[in-house]
Amino acid sequence: MTSAPGPAQAGPAAFTPLIEVRGVNKHFGDLHVLQDIELTVGRGEVVVVIGPSGSGKSTLCRAINRLEPIEDGTILIDGEPLPEEGKGLARLRAEVGMVFQSFNLFAHKTVLQNVSLAQIKVRGRPRAEADTKSRALLERVGLAAQADKYPAQLSGGQQQRVAIARALAMDPKALLFDEPTSALDPEMINEVLDVMRQLAREGMTMVVVTHEMGFARASANRVVFMADGRIVEDRAPEDFFSAPESERARDFLSKILKH
Amino acid sequence: MKTLTDNWSTYWDGFLGTLALFAVSAVLSLVLGVLIAGFRVSPVRPLRVFGTAWVTLLRNTPLTLLFFIVVLGLPRFDITLPFFTFAVAALGCYTSAFVCESMRSGINTVPAGQGEAARSLGMSFGQTMSVVVLPQAYRSVVAPIGSVMIALAKNTAIAGSFSVTELLGTYRTINELGYSIIWTFVWIAVGYLIITLAISAVFNLLERRVAVSR
Repeated sequence: MTSAPGPAQAGPAAFTPLIEVRGVNKHFGDLHVLQDIELTVGRGEVVVVIGPSGSGKSTLCRAINRLEPIEDGTILIDGEPLPEEGKGLARLRAEVGMVFQSFNLFAHKTVLQNVSLAQIKVRGRPRAEADTKSRALLERVGLAAQADKYPAQLSGGQQQRVAIARALAMDPKALLFDEPTSALDPEMINEVLDVMRQLAREGMTMVVVTHEMGFARASANRVVFMADGRIVEDRAPEDFFSAPESERARDFLSKILKH
Repeated sequence: MKTLTDNWSTYWDGFLGTLALFAVSAVLSLVLGVLIAGFRVSPVRPLRVFGTAWVTLLRNTPLTLLFFIVVLGLPRFDITLPFFTFAVAALGCYTSAFVCESMRSGINTVPAGQGEAARSLGMSFGQTMSVVVLPQAYRSVVAPIGSVMIALAKNTAIAGSFSVTELLGTYRTINELGYSIIWTFVWIAVGYLIITLAISAVFNLLERRVAVSR
């Protein structure tokens, strides 16, 4: 039922693939959580992955930088296959930023140290240079004044914006968002979405797993709908939301868009 | 008191011997313990297997038996070292198994997301452990490691039976000179108390320090 072949043929001629997921399968015990997943994300594209819980969308997102190991299939980042482990994997991960549902800021480091740490340890930048870049990024997400606080002293929305700054500090080729607003109080969701919308406008390649349909409609180039471990639909947002092709997607949308 | 003053130099030598055994073994066990704990949580299977085997073997062997193995076994492979070195090897390796398990339980208190965030930024396993996970595990391992260190200080007594000068062994010399066995042991106990209470104090201090650093 996968909407193969990938959208590479459907896209414009200038489409250059940055993330390629080819025939990926994964089980959690008996649960076939990813089934023959085919997905291509072009440079500068914003792909929003939606679907009911347990559909495998978070697992797919985490598999792209191999926080979840996969059983078969290949994943290419900018043409390079993702290695199993070791230095090569670490190097490719540095190119793909990740933003988590639970923020995962380093609890024992200040906001500034959180953003600078990997720049220093992985990119080998001198501390002063890293800190300058970190402060500029914190300014950009509106948190320059919080640089010397610890994560626990910030609100959820602020922590998530720091997490985005931390991912951006590595100058990644793409960013993965794993339900970035699901753990937030409603009034904080927008401050995070604002930052994400801005990134989308600036041409950052993004894969976003979310339940924020407004963001999907406004900022996504494509919407990927997953159910039961499969990609059921992979289309432009206006097509998907106005005329979903599959029964599964119609059912899902009727449940979440009714109010 | 006469027992102590008459035999001051014997007691003092024994006290220093115990202190030296403890200090060198403690450093060895902490270094090995942290290393083996790293092995046990590493993504590399052979290292995990090695770590598990190390802990299982050393934690479940009586320390005296371990001393026999080291002191009588190693010379058969033409490894002849001073008794002090043998004793440190036995004590350090034995204690490292306990240090490792304390470290590992501390590592498990750090949320998995911390390590995932570090890895997603391209940090290696070593960097993830040393920069992100271990510093956060540290605060919850101070107390159990303190207990392990106190046990180590007392375990040094076994070395006395293997020709190493240490505090407990002094009773033989002093007893042969005809001093009261009770008072001989009372002063030995005081010597151990000085060491173990000092270890407690150091670890209490460390615990208070990590409590405020957040």
